[in-house]
Amino acid sequence: MSTAGHGAAVRIEACGKTFADGTRALDPATLDIARGETLVLLGPSGCGKTTMLRIIAGLELPDAGGKVLFDGKDMTSVPIERRNVGMVFQSYALFPNMTVADNIAYGLKIRGVARDEQAARVAELVALTNIIGLENRRIDQLSGGQRQRVALARAVAIRPGILLLDEPLTALDAALRDRLRSELNRLLRALGITTIYVTHDQAEAMELGDRIVVMRKGAIAQIGAPREVYFAPKDRFVAEFIGAANIVEAPIENGMLILPGGRLPIEGAATTANVTVMIRPETIRVTNAGTEALSGVVDSISFIGDRQRIVVSGASSKPLNVDAPNTIQAKVGDRVGLSIAADALRLLPSEP
Amino acid sequence: MSQKSFVWLCLLPLAVVTTAFFLLPMARLVVAGAEGPHGLAGYLAILTEGRYRATLFNTVLLAAATTVVTLIVATIAGMFLQRHRFPGRTVLIAMLTFPLAFPGVVVGFMIILLAGRQGLIGDLSNRIFGEKFVFAYSIYGLFLGYLYFSIPRVILTIMAAVQKLDVGLEEAARSLGASPWAVQRDVVLPALAPAFVASGAIAFATAMGAFGTAFTLATNIDVLPMLIYTEFTLAANFATSAALSVGLGLITWLILALARTFSGSAVAAAG
Ligand SMILES: Nc1ncnc2c1ncn2[C@@H]1O[C@H](COP(=O)(O)OP(=O)(O)OP(=O)(O)O)[C@@H](O)[C@H]1O
Ligand SMILES: [Mg+2]
Repeated sequence: MSTAGHGAAVRIEACGKTFADGTRALDPATLDIARGETLVLLGPSGCGKTTMLRIIAGLELPDAGGKVLFDGKDMTSVPIERRNVGMVFQSYALFPNMTVADNIAYGLKIRGVARDEQAARVAELVALTNIIGLENRRIDQLSGGQRQRVALARAVAIRPGILLLDEPLTALDAALRDRLRSELNRLLRALGITTIYVTHDQAEAMELGDRIVVMRKGAIAQIGAPREVYFAPKDRFVAEFIGAANIVEAPIENGMLILPGGRLPIEGAATTANVTVMIRPETIRVTNAGTEALSGVVDSISFIGDRQRIVVSGASSKPLNVDAPNTIQAKVGDRVGLSIAADALRLLPSEP
Repeated sequence: MSQKSFVWLCLLPLAVVTTAFFLLPMARLVVAGAEGPHGLAGYLAILTEGRYRATLFNTVLLAAATTVVTLIVATIAGMFLQRHRFPGRTVLIAMLTFPLAFPGVVVGFMIILLAGRQGLIGDLSNRIFGEKFVFAYSIYGLFLGYLYFSIPRVILTIMAAVQKLDVGLEEAARSLGASPWAVQRDVVLPALAPAFVASGAIAFATAMGAFGTAFTLATNIDVLPMLIYTEFTLAANFATSAALSVGLGLITWLILALARTFSGSAVAAAG
């Protein structure tokens, strides 16, 4: 469709942010976002995601020395109204004094686009975002999901070079959020706009992001593709923030991790006094006791539906969480064997 | 006792007070207005008699001008005061809202100090141009006094409304390419419309009926409350002053009702 492929490449250079009251919201960070890429900023509340987004948008000025470049052009001092960015706010920020159609057409009206062209574009976007028939409604006559779609349609109507979304799905209930997430994913791929998406929901980040920037306390903890940050987290924070993780501290002897419940072969380390290892719950297989080198006792079982979460104690210094298929028959108090592939054990740098 | 009769019982004192001190005098006023030599036609005098009509016209014009200028000044000042933090801000707000407690007489007195025969403006202009500008005793002085009177009231309402504005809306408009002017026109002013209507109505009605300032400045300024006063005390013309009073109330109410319907759609749309 006509909207495709007008994204801009973004570069943030040494952008930090200290607010007037002295709050250090963002440490100087450098980040490159390719044309057409969807980049997700992920992190806990207060880690500076919105601040970074607002710096890119032009709603916030980076501290001295910071630079924002679009397609290599320095935009640092260009105000937001001349940056050609589409923004979707967490609260949607739809204009209450305008209809749905007027909201969507607002950016076009401001640009002096001819009326019939505005109408055609509105029709196109209304179809694209599945809100046909709502054009003449007022905003307070829309449901949350419909508002979200209008906000998105309004933001992409101006054919922005960059689309910025700040937790656009957080205000919706879980079921709607899941549906809109895949819808949004399809749309972003179809539009091909460079997209920066802020969320604190790791499932959202995984599904939507070409790359994920994991942030922590105003700093970038790790940048990588979803699989990369999931399987090869750089540190304990990333490991625990993305997905569930067992963090085990134990010594290594001759390539074997020495645990209270047995020993496991581990890659890439010789004898070390104490290492930190991450094991994802779904990489542990529950078997009969005695068949495996590692064993423990079932502490608790919670049935989740598509799988069950079994907590096994005695195998390592802390109880291990195991995601097992829902067909496994185990009871609390059973002694079970645990099989873990060597490459599922992920060495993490030990925290100071 | 049922819930309903309990509510009625609670309303009883209010009903008694309203009847005794509000409805009865009002009814008496309406009756008195028709007790003149011309009977009911006395009511039409406010429109038919040239002198009365001119006064009515003057008063409406003065009140309308006061309302418009007050809204403009108070909106700009209120927006600025609410959105910016600077040293001395609280002092400035206190000074701006200080006249809230002043009666019209004090405001009139201050206008005389400013633009009267011994006033500040006269002194200054005398030194600079060799001529004394004195306008305290005219309708311009009254206009200035009414501004002084209504700005504090309106500014407080506007500041409260500005505080409730969603900054996200303005940022959204800017992200879509709107210039600062367009943001004001398309987002801020529509959102403030209810506050304009509410505070504008109070400013208008106050200016229509204010008396103290006019009385302090001069007894021959042509506004309705002054006219009523002269008819009542000097000419002892009870029927005419009653008819004029009822007329003043009706016309003010009518203009406000019109303004409300006129801006009603805008307000409804602004939510
Ligand atoms: N205008 C401001 N003045 C002072 N401090 C601010 C301001 N805006 C944000 N902060 C602070 O900067 C830090 C980062 O805020 P930011 O809004 O970027 O977090 P976030 O990652 O978006 O969090 P959330 O997920 O809760 O939205 C926070 O500690 C916040 O309190
Ligand atoms: Mg945020």
